[in-house]
Amino acid sequence: MRALWTVFRKELLENARDRRTLFSALVFGPLLGPLLFGVMVSRIVAENAGGLRHDVALAVVHGERAPDLLAYLTSAGARLWRAPFGARGARDAVVRGLAGVVLIVPRDYPQRFSHGEPARVLLVADSADNATRRDAARAGALLQSYASNIAQRRLQVRGVDPLVAAPVTVDAIDVASASGRAVSLIGLMTYFVLFAVLMGGLYFAIDATAGERERGSLEPLLMVPIARGALVGGKILATCAAMAASLAICLAAFLGVLHLLPLERLGMRSDFGPLMALEFFAICTPFVPLGAALMTFVASFTRSYREAQSYVAAVLLVPTLPIAFASIYSLRASPAWMFVPSLSQHLLMTNLLEGRPIAAIDALVSAASSVLVALVLFGFTQRQWRREAMLG
Amino acid sequence: MIEARGLSKRFGAIEAVREISFVAGDGRITGLLGPNGAGKSTSLRLICGVLAPDHGDARIDGIDVAGEASAARARLGALPHSAGLYGHLTGRENIAYFGALHRIPAARIAREIDRWRERLDMAGFLDRPAKSYSQGQRIKVALVRALVHQPRNLVLDEPTNGLDVMAIRALRGVLEELRAEGRCILFSSHVMQEVSALCDRIVIVGGGRVLADDTPAALRIRSGTATLEEAFLRILADGEREDEAPDGAGAA
Repeated sequence: MRALWTVFRKELLENARDRRTLFSALVFGPLLGPLLFGVMVSRIVAENAGGLRHDVALAVVHGERAPDLLAYLTSAGARLWRAPFGARGARDAVVRGLAGVVLIVPRDYPQRFSHGEPARVLLVADSADNATRRDAARAGALLQSYASNIAQRRLQVRGVDPLVAAPVTVDAIDVASASGRAVSLIGLMTYFVLFAVLMGGLYFAIDATAGERERGSLEPLLMVPIARGALVGGKILATCAAMAASLAICLAAFLGVLHLLPLERLGMRSDFGPLMALEFFAICTPFVPLGAALMTFVASFTRSYREAQSYVAAVLLVPTLPIAFASIYSLRASPAWMFVPSLSQHLLMTNLLEGRPIAAIDALVSAASSVLVALVLFGFTQRQWRREAMLG
Repeated sequence: MIEARGLSKRFGAIEAVREISFVAGDGRITGLLGPNGAGKSTSLRLICGVLAPDHGDARIDGIDVAGEASAARARLGALPHSAGLYGHLTGRENIAYFGALHRIPAARIAREIDRWRERLDMAGFLDRPAKSYSQGQRIKVALVRALVHQPRNLVLDEPTNGLDVMAIRALRGVLEELRAEGRCILFSSHVMQEVSALCDRIVIVGGGRVLADDTPAALRIRSGTATLEEAFLRILADGEREDEAPDGAGAA
């Protein structure tokens, strides 16, 4: 035990003096996620807020042919402006971005309209352009509602109850955008938390194995009369300490970011307070030794810092796979999934974020299975370190 | 005392070491002399227990390295070929780490370090990060690291590589002192002058075998040459001939 403690302290001291290791463990790893998350969410908030208040801007060609229509559009909140181009120039103007959506009133409109025949108007827009697609849809809807208004009036004039022409009315309540985004955002957040856990230990794990070999300090170290288990254990423990620190910093940063973001504008509540941050920490803690043992194990096979970097960095992808799987199949926390590390942590954290309770047994199975896998990996690593091939 | 008894080690198709036996006694400096690739490093690694022999065994003060690794290693100090230091730690911290792993109390480690600081003139760099060290400074720290637990036996793998004259002299002085204290010193080299200047006994290895094991004077007389260098070359040439003889050209 004393040897383990000695190794642990030395690894911490050494890495604490390495600027690159420290930066990736305490700054880059833990803060990248919360910052990215903050930027993404505030962008979504900005877009959505725009969608709610935004007035449709409509360039009109030959508006003088349909004064009634224009009056209706204006009263419905559309901002109309007279297009400086003709009907032929409209398409070109949209393609070149001079106008977002163009309404063209054809020459025969007044005549057809007054004769009660279907009067055609043209709406020109670029549906591939995200910014104007919403305007175009809105303009289309306004024109539709103008049309049905006119239809009702005409029926009334002919003495028919307008309700006859409306056998079914549909009130669509669209919740997709807000909650759909919320789900994908939550997936992102739990992924960033698990990413921070792994990133915190990345360079510790590499330095403790491939770095030791590259420096040539491995051989004298292997000649010291201590058990390989204590040696590997001390190194993994030091990696764990860095990962736990990274996790704590990441959660603190999320607290700050979520506090600043106007989530309620997305129809989301943020229950992520200090208590939930602590719960997150508790959920992720069993994943820490697993990640540390996994990265140390992988790095034990590599001969140089560089080689280790590319292999161990691949390990950073590990938590993405179950999370991607979970969001594709919309998995909910169930006892079976609790046996899968990283997926179980993701599901438990998601539960908390969505305000659903966590079953004690689920949390227990998640922790136990992660610790078990960590122990198995520790055993493998220890065996690898007893092999002569370690010397390289 | 270090004993190698019939050590053999094979890496795939290559027989790195074949039936190597010799004894390095206490109060003596024993040199393992041979060209590059003769099996010197492999022999020393087998003796230090970081490699396991296919046959034979190595003993430190009579303790089997493979059987009682911890007890044997506690009696052994080693300066391997790649004696790397932790660059972010100071020389003092590098030494103290190994002392602590050997379970030496901190106060005793500090005393040892102070003693060597004076002896090896390390005051100027001992408390600087090791990444700034010259090769000579690195070897000095690595040497003290190998000696911090005051082992009875010391194994050095080509310790003078890359050292300047001053550093080589300092190292030689230390080895002579350790010999005077009755310790057993085994070191490998491919540099003739070093071995002849220091060693009480020379084990010449070539092609993974022991070709000769004697005092410098006896080696000269036996091979009928005027200098040790000529004796060395003669013995190596004889060894190669013997290797080729039994099964023809294929073995070369």
